[in-house]
Amino acid sequence: MKPITLVRILLFAAALTPAAALAYGFYRFTYAGDFNALTANPGDYITDQTGTWALGCLAATLSVTPLRRVTGWNEIIKARRMLGLFAFFYATLHMLTWVVFIHYFEVSFMLEDIAKRPFITVGMATFLMLLVLAITSNKFSLRKLGRKWGKLHRLAYVAAAGGTLHFWQLVKADTTEPWRWAAGFAALFAFRLWWAYRPKLSVAAAGQRANVKGQGNQSQPDRLKPT
Amino acid sequence: MLIKQAPDIRSSEITPKSVYLRRREFIQASAAALVAAGLGTLADEAAAQGGGLAKLPNVKKSPLSTTEAPSLYDHITSYNNFYEFAPGAGDGPRNNSKNFKPRPWKLQIDGLVNKPGMYDIDEFMKPYALEERIYRFRCVEAWSFVIPWVGIPMAEVIKRVEPTSKAAFVEFTTLQDTGRFPMQRTDLLEWPYLEGLRLDEAQHPLTLLAVGLYGEVLPAQNGAPIRLIVPWKYGFKGAKSLARIRFVDKQPLNTWQKMARNEYGFYANVNPQVDHPRWSQARERRLPSFIANRRTEMFNGYADQVQGLYAGMDLRKNF
Repeated sequence: MKPITLVRILLFAAALTPAAALAYGFYRFTYAGDFNALTANPGDYITDQTGTWALGCLAATLSVTPLRRVTGWNEIIKARRMLGLFAFFYATLHMLTWVVFIHYFEVSFMLEDIAKRPFITVGMATFLMLLVLAITSNKFSLRKLGRKWGKLHRLAYVAAAGGTLHFWQLVKADTTEPWRWAAGFAALFAFRLWWAYRPKLSVAAAGQRANVKGQGNQSQPDRLKPT
Repeated sequence: MLIKQAPDIRSSEITPKSVYLRRREFIQASAAALVAAGLGTLADEAAAQGGGLAKLPNVKKSPLSTTEAPSLYDHITSYNNFYEFAPGAGDGPRNNSKNFKPRPWKLQIDGLVNKPGMYDIDEFMKPYALEERIYRFRCVEAWSFVIPWVGIPMAEVIKRVEPTSKAAFVEFTTLQDTGRFPMQRTDLLEWPYLEGLRLDEAQHPLTLLAVGLYGEVLPAQNGAPIRLIVPWKYGFKGAKSLARIRFVDKQPLNTWQKMARNEYGFYANVNPQVDHPRWSQARERRLPSFIANRRTEMFNGYADQVQGLYAGMDLRKNF
């Protein structure tokens, strides 16, 4: 087995674990009468967990490229789409808890909520960004969009900011957790900026040229070996 | 502002039948669900519940109790807010209060009263007959429990300390003691936690100084050794672990109002028509329900007893 295959399997299992734990908790609650399986407020617990893991998977997704730069292991990029889709998966579950647990499919209430409450507005906008990213994550879109794909997928950073803001807006007093996410995402973003503008212009320029000539799919500067 | 009433949930019309049946049977975790799960009725469950803490002697039943089934002891004690121990609702307060010692404890009653005093908590309790009051408990965060408190009617305490004619409000303050309350070392809230009632609210027969839960002394995370309970108001009005009750002439600025004036007011009466800025108050989750399975009642279902206190007031303004 190639190392990347093993890494992908492990990441897949790790990213699925929180969902599996929630599913098991749901089973315990509903069928085994264990009313402590998901805390006393199971609806909120599931909302919190899925929201947290959406952010976690997004952070993992955005860590792939920095990790690649630092380690020089280019194949790691093959794990990125899966992680991104997991972020979308958890964000979808998170949004569905709002639809089902909070509004019970009541569309007029949901619309009112989106219009009236900034933290819902931001959350929904973030979800829509992730939706666009998920829809365009396939090879077909990659080919079709060409160089625009890379630009479009920078939206992942906007989504990270949106998710963090959404978290910030909903806490009452303790902003420790949102601060941590903000710091984490800021560090990842700072790395990207530093990499893009680091003082090795000749290498970067060479990369750009290679990019133009190359077949132009996977975001091209990624192909550069770290120096 | 137009406030829509939540329509009845007509799940059978909009949900596949299998899902609908599961929801009814299990998700709402009603008493019926417990029967279905073979656990007996919630009432039977309740009788056997407690946390192994000291039993309180000679507790009278009260006609003011609701007949609704009480929530599980485990849930009441593992899901609550008590920022002195941990931020946010959850089991943090329980986990961080394992070494809490509710004795020795002094309670000061002062301000505009003829008989101020500083009491040892056990001395303070002696003259009063304890009552069990099973009340609905509605958190401002749209969840609710039914909780069998044991306590002393606040009205009796007020009678004894004889407020002067100038007293118009009562201020309730949580103990300031970083040794006992670790989070008071942080600036999470402005400490000590402070709440207030109008004198007539404090004198209302429903207002309780709770010292117990399920027939036992209060566990730390629920406000040991003594806390305020005002069942028609949101839970945060019920200041916990009280060190001081002070009678004053001006309306106190309560902690959450100080923290976020646009979100939390002085009155904090349960009101389905006045939304929190970040969520609707029209419905609530009777835990452990997943969904907002209950329509929130005006004054948390105590309207008949308390609405007279607010006659002529704009409750939208005085939220």
